[in-house]
Amino acid sequence: MILNIVWFILIAILFTGFFVLEGFDYGVGILTPFLGRTDEQRRLIINTIGPFWDANEVWLITAAGAMFAAFPHWYATLFSGFYIALFLLLVALIVRAVAFEFRSKISNPRWRSTWDWLLFVGSVLPPFLWGVAIANFIRGVPIDSHMNYVGTFWSLITPFSIMGGLSLLLLSTLSGALYISLRTVGEMQARARETARGIGALTSLVMFLFAVICFYNTDLFSKTGIDPGGVPVLAAMTLLSVPFFIYAKRDGWAFLMTSLTIVFSSITVFLHLFPRVMISSLNPDWSLTIYNAASGPYSLRVMTIITVIVLPFVLAYQAWTYWVFRHRLRPGGHLDY
Amino acid sequence: MLNVLLARWQFGILTIYHFLFVPLTIGLAVLIALMETIYVRTGDETYKRMAKFWGKMFLVNFALGVATGIMQEFQFGMNWSAYSRFVGDVFGPPLAIEALAAFFLESTFVAVWLFGWDRLSKRVHLLAIWLTAAGVSISALWILTANAFMQEPRGYVIHNGRAEMSNFWSLLGNPQLWVEFPHVWFGAISTGAFFITGVSAWYLLKKRHLKEFTRSFQIGIVVALVSSVLTIVLGHSQAQHLMKAQPMKMAASEAQWDTSSEHAPWSVFALIDEEHHRNTLNVEIPYLLSILAYNHTYGKVEGINQLQKQYERTYGPGNYIPSVWVTYWSFRVMVLAGVLMLLLALYGVYLVLKNRLRQHPTFLRAMIGAIFLPPIAHSTGWIMTEMGRQPWVVMGLQKTIDGVSSTVTTPMIWTTLLGFGILYLVLGIVDVYLFVRIIRQGPDFEKDPSEMDAKLPHPAT
Repeated sequence: MILNIVWFILIAILFTGFFVLEGFDYGVGILTPFLGRTDEQRRLIINTIGPFWDANEVWLITAAGAMFAAFPHWYATLFSGFYIALFLLLVALIVRAVAFEFRSKISNPRWRSTWDWLLFVGSVLPPFLWGVAIANFIRGVPIDSHMNYVGTFWSLITPFSIMGGLSLLLLSTLSGALYISLRTVGEMQARARETARGIGALTSLVMFLFAVICFYNTDLFSKTGIDPGGVPVLAAMTLLSVPFFIYAKRDGWAFLMTSLTIVFSSITVFLHLFPRVMISSLNPDWSLTIYNAASGPYSLRVMTIITVIVLPFVLAYQAWTYWVFRHRLRPGGHLDY
Repeated sequence: MLNVLLARWQFGILTIYHFLFVPLTIGLAVLIALMETIYVRTGDETYKRMAKFWGKMFLVNFALGVATGIMQEFQFGMNWSAYSRFVGDVFGPPLAIEALAAFFLESTFVAVWLFGWDRLSKRVHLLAIWLTAAGVSISALWILTANAFMQEPRGYVIHNGRAEMSNFWSLLGNPQLWVEFPHVWFGAISTGAFFITGVSAWYLLKKRHLKEFTRSFQIGIVVALVSSVLTIVLGHSQAQHLMKAQPMKMAASEAQWDTSSEHAPWSVFALIDEEHHRNTLNVEIPYLLSILAYNHTYGKVEGINQLQKQYERTYGPGNYIPSVWVTYWSFRVMVLAGVLMLLLALYGVYLVLKNRLRQHPTFLRAMIGAIFLPPIAHSTGWIMTEMGRQPWVVMGLQKTIDGVSSTVTTPMIWTTLLGFGILYLVLGIVDVYLFVRIIRQGPDFEKDPSEMDAKLPHPAT
């Protein structure tokens, strides 16, 4: 039984890692057409995430794989239930992945700008759709007694879920802007800071509104049991500190605080869910939990052992790549691919 | 019923499309790693240029493999949620381990390799491409562990109406896996090898960059020969295993309606009448099926009709016969492609040894065409494997018809089928266009190949 909790925490960590890492790299994709005025500048911006984006995306793939293995019913209900939304997400991810590779292969300006805009679309949709999904997670969706989602695509789209989508979209964009300012110098850095300042205020506002609607739409703030307590407050505090660090030109701190906002927000969501993984809005007893949606104890034990062995290596070599490619990129420098 | 049909079409199309890129990725990764190893050991810059040029092709292909691969993981839940609920306990772990132990490795180190030419020592850089090659190969191992379970369920118990894992080692030690994985892996290596020899042949015909492409051809053709031989040998052992594990698939792939005589002939060409359970025409080679099945000239091969009766006794009434036409012909196309690969590779090695390669332009042109043989073999091989298992999605445990998502409606599947279909078609066209363009343009070995299409000003900093 303890392993069910372990796997809930592991999946929460994988999703949190995904939101933090892909957050900034979606943000970079979103900002590329706007911050990059020349082809060289765009290439420079894309290169800031060049060595990382693919591995960042694997956090999502691993989270989904872990969900399938540890909580097959969660995986089955979510993926068949949010069918069209997932279809849009997958199209975005596919287009985005090939855009990175295809754009640089032909120097024709129209070719380049087509792929840059597709990169933009492929970067906007995922954080927005995940935000919508999270909003639906915390509010609950129509799930029947057979663990099947019985709503439609449109029942996922509400003012509340759209606010959730906008929140994550803005957080990602902010994170991306700060990341660019960390990895570049001079004019580009200044422009990225300026953008971060603008988005920072808007993000705080939208997140605040979302929290207010959460109060009326969910039991996020009133749930007994495990009390989300201090975590949402930490999320709010770290978010509010971002503008000060941007103003003080402490890009590193601002980026860290944005990342922490994503971390604390994500923890808030998972704490709220626990021990449920999907909330049924029709009947609380029909909710999927870490017990009724889980694999058998044997599977969970096997996977725990393998994860304990493999994960440290994964974290070590990923950290190593961030170290190898830590240098700031300069215009006119050697730009690979 | 329509939902099942559409969901199957979608799965088939997306999987075969994805699998056009995967074997090439595996094969190219290993071959590029070999080239870079020679460069690091000899210091000969020619091999570095070769590694960089083939790396360019590799990356375009890798991107499409990754992009289409995400789909593979999600569609089990989207269209096959009943299947996912039923086998998630056994089928999910290999997928999760694949992501954790293979996807992280390949996606991290492919980027290190691409961006690390100037930042890393030669040895660490070489390690990056070997780790990428290891990553893509480990990925194949785990996905085939999952697939082998569908062909031959092992290491599970049925508990509360679900398959639950009971023994990880017997899941991993599944005999089906250990005939399937090596066959697929060497097939992937030969895909990379035929690609490299084919493209090199084009340059040799055009008399461009002879040094680089003669060496590429030499490495490619040797690997092509070795891997073709091993793929065929391992395919043979896979077929022999099939006799025991999935006799119905074997019978269907031979259009063997009734149990054969003691000396079973091998059918080369048959006109199949599925409705009346007979072949209207059958050209056969005596004894060959017995030899293929048992390595003897004698030995019966069970027929579809007898197996159908046997399955009805075991599983209850129903139709347990897969599409014989599809299974039979996909098997034959695969075998033919494999044999052609072997013959071409043999002749190519002979010409290389005699140093007469460039006197044989017809052969070089044939090698350009041979680029398509491995993908044909892979696709038909998969069709045979998956169609031959029908009506089961997990052999003997769950029928395909019972695995589909109950809440997904027909218009929804149409939407995704058409959506992905059109997207994949467009990406396929762009991909081929880029490949042809990269090849036509040719490597600019005078300059750094990584900058050859950048055409950007590089003022000194």
